[in-house]
Amino acid sequence: MRSDGPKASLGLKISAAAGLIFMIAPLLLIFVYAFTTEEKSYQWPPPGLTLKWFEVTLNRPDVWQALTLSLQVAAISTAIALVLGTLCAAAVSQSDFFGRETISLLVILPIALPGIITGIALRSAFSIAEIPFSFWTIVLGHATFCVVVVYNNAVARFRRTSKSLIEASMDLGADGFQTFRYVILPNIGTALLAGGMLAFALSFDEVIVTTFTAGQQQTLPLWMLEELIRPRQRPVTNVVAMIVVLVTTIPILAAFYLTRDGDQIAGSGK
Amino acid sequence: MTAAVSLQGVSRHFGIIKAMDEVNLEIASGEFFAMLGPSGSGKTTCLRVIAGFEQPTHGHIEIFGENATGVPPYRRNVNTVFQDYALFPHLNVLDNVAYSLMLKKAPRAERHKAAEAALDMVKLAGYGTRRPSELSGGQRQRVALARALVNRPKVLLLDEPLGALDLKLRESMQEELKSLQKALGITFIFVTHDQGEALSMADRVAVFSGGRVMQVGTPEEIYSKPNSRFVADFVGSSNILNPDQVSTLTGERRWGSLRSEAVRLAPEAGSALAGTVTTKNYLGATTRLGIDIGGGSIHALVPSGQELPDIGARTGVAFERSALHLMETEQ
Amino acid sequence: MTTTALAITERRPGLLGWLSDQFWRHPGMFVLLLLTPPLLWLGIVYIGSLLALLFQSFFAIDEFSGIVDYSTLTLKSYAELLRPANLDIIVRTVVMSALVTLASAVIAFPIAYMAARYVRGKWKALFYLGIMLPLWSSYLVKIYAWKLILAKEGILTWVFESLHIGFVLDGILAIPVIGGNSLSVSYIGTFLVFVYVWMPFMILPIQASLERVPVNLIDASSDLGATPQQTFRKVIFPLALPGIIAGSIFTFSLTLGDYIIPQIIGSSRLFIGQAVYAQQGTAGNIPLAAAFTVVPIVIMGLYLWMAKRQGAFDAL
Ligand SMILES: Nc1ncnc2c1ncn2[C@@H]1O[C@H](COP(=O)(O)OP(=O)(O)O)[C@@H](O)[C@H]1O
Ligand SMILES: [Mg+2]
Repeated sequence: MRSDGPKASLGLKISAAAGLIFMIAPLLLIFVYAFTTEEKSYQWPPPGLTLKWFEVTLNRPDVWQALTLSLQVAAISTAIALVLGTLCAAAVSQSDFFGRETISLLVILPIALPGIITGIALRSAFSIAEIPFSFWTIVLGHATFCVVVVYNNAVARFRRTSKSLIEASMDLGADGFQTFRYVILPNIGTALLAGGMLAFALSFDEVIVTTFTAGQQQTLPLWMLEELIRPRQRPVTNVVAMIVVLVTTIPILAAFYLTRDGDQIAGSGK
Repeated sequence: MTAAVSLQGVSRHFGIIKAMDEVNLEIASGEFFAMLGPSGSGKTTCLRVIAGFEQPTHGHIEIFGENATGVPPYRRNVNTVFQDYALFPHLNVLDNVAYSLMLKKAPRAERHKAAEAALDMVKLAGYGTRRPSELSGGQRQRVALARALVNRPKVLLLDEPLGALDLKLRESMQEELKSLQKALGITFIFVTHDQGEALSMADRVAVFSGGRVMQVGTPEEIYSKPNSRFVADFVGSSNILNPDQVSTLTGERRWGSLRSEAVRLAPEAGSALAGTVTTKNYLGATTRLGIDIGGGSIHALVPSGQELPDIGARTGVAFERSALHLMETEQ
Repeated sequence: MTTTALAITERRPGLLGWLSDQFWRHPGMFVLLLLTPPLLWLGIVYIGSLLALLFQSFFAIDEFSGIVDYSTLTLKSYAELLRPANLDIIVRTVVMSALVTLASAVIAFPIAYMAARYVRGKWKALFYLGIMLPLWSSYLVKIYAWKLILAKEGILTWVFESLHIGFVLDGILAIPVIGGNSLSVSYIGTFLVFVYVWMPFMILPIQASLERVPVNLIDASSDLGATPQQTFRKVIFPLALPGIIAGSIFTFSLTLGDYIIPQIIGSSRLFIGQAVYAQQGTAGNIPLAAAFTVVPIVIMGLYLWMAKRQGAFDAL
């Protein structure tokens, strides 16, 4: 904090600090539990520390399968969301057509409504259309709510990319495709990357919709949910939880660095 | 000789707004042409129609005799200097200038050489590696100019090019643009709402109002022979005489215009027009007097040296008959 | 550089050149083309599914066979909602959502205020990450962390006992209705976890709306002799209200539909989400589950309509 800026009162400082600690401390706790020697309960303080559970986890095929499935689903859902979200953002910011408010609402709806509604709606639609559960039914659900994250990031950047840049490019002899390649893409690229990262993190972590669209397959969050409801291998769960925290932190940090000098990542649109 | 740009009955409507209404213009090759008019009169729209950013609702455009109606901007050999400069923020100055050459797949060394030359032309040699964000407003404009000229377009369009610059920079830039245009022989079309700028820089001026072209002519014609009350009023410093006043002087019932500097003070007796001095503004070498002649007032720009009547005094007004210009139109 | 170039050049050969010209000539068609894939996806996959779900709520399960009767449209499933047991569930969920929203606003406000007003430069980036990381980190891991904290042998009990105030915890747990055997099976536990998981969604909208309050407005207020409390009540809070409402859309809606948190941490009494889950799953009563989902949709519809009137959408 700079000394020449306005001064915060002590009460404000304490309550803000307490709030941040409340947010962060429980996540740090995960890192301690991953090393505990205790197997049967959540005992605190840990009676001892060990690296043993990392090895056990690494040798568990069910964990590996769930992790692989989650990564695949997240990658493909993100790719679809990138295409759909960018198209939507481009259309909405390029012109003032009738009904653009409606389109924004349509994109935001899948996250504005509780996940269970999206989930059960998709499930009943699958059963009406007699679509069997598969990898693709999971992707279908994930891509639907990931669109908004890409859309939010892209729309913010499109707004900052002034219309006259596109006109300048066309004026200098670039047709629509060349303008996209040489002007639009370089200007929105980092925003798309950030949106993609966040979409990936969102999909990798999703459990509520996935419960309804997954059938027999288990994503990593589904594996964890199972463990939360019926704890069987607490130490392995501890390690998996820590891995999940690390895997989701990386794209978030990357997204932050990609957008730091400009619009903030549209975080409220999770 | 074919005109550089020819607009034939061009209209551009936005819903019920007629931004351009039946505009006819012939702009000659090599000309420095100004579009002058108050804000909202349709100048920018006209420029954008020529560049190809707007498509006309009706009418026909030709550029150097070739049909340009329905041709997108990237196929028109016409370049624009944008009001906000529109430099690409992700490219440095040199790559900005070389953009059009890059699209033509010119070899790297060649296009950099051409871009350097263009930067040199606008006195920015050595600035190539900077980012646009590291330049001042005036420098950005020069980069925009170099970028638009590097490819030697047939026509250069400038939208209020000097509007954002401070007074001193504006004056030096006016001269520079003028000499650049002479040296390159490219047709320049520029938009401005400043009549002084239009008159001092342009070979010919088109005066816009409400989406229509009111008058096209040399600065001299526009200034001394306005064809309408609007032009006389907007181009400034002319007195407008109504048909009654004009008919007592000439017998013709027409609107007339009379430049202030052509008006002399005379003894009240024997003058066709006379009135009471209502305002008196000292402007240095000259003084501007407002004289109420009943049914309107007349402004006279007289040398400050002579003895001048006080406010409230009566005076006669005289001028050469040739200085009174009778307008063609009724408005 | 050529000086003999033509005024109008040929279009780029090939399909791309032709397409580019067509798009320029018909900009409306181009926008429509851009919108087609996302609209098809969201319109068919998402809106289609929602409508299908809504449609299902107008059937009812046959009480004797236990099979959904698709031959007659009926409002029976909605009538079912009004049974005391189901009304209980709805009231319980709405009250919980309201309390969680309130608590979230109280905790989030100082953080947002600090971030918007006082921290600068490097600290601002750190603050931002301190908010974003918990916001985006795994939902299940967050719940899991609280399972560890609230467990009988967990850290919270240990803290109370280390401070020799274990009796306070016992006292809290002894409170009827909201207490329980341990925190992890009590309403207090459910509430804490709800607040923890959804509160971060409140911070960014509040911060955004506070950042729009001009600093000199606050200076002007204190220049006019207002005490800090008066400035807060009369100037800052009203201006931050759209942000609080925007944030509350998330905390309220997310709590309303959650079925995992109360299942893992809490008493055995159901929330709407759990009821939906149970009805569509084990009970096989899709029409009732669908009717149940209409409740949050209607509540959120009203909420959004109200929020829109308060101008909260600009703070999203
Ligand atoms: N894209 C547009 N949509 C609607 N109206 C427009 C648009 N562009 C210009 N106009 C209207 O057309 C008229 C002429 O505008 P413009 O050409 O910008 O005038 P000028 O450049 O002389 O100030 C104005 O009334 C303006 O509001
Ligand atoms: Mg052009």
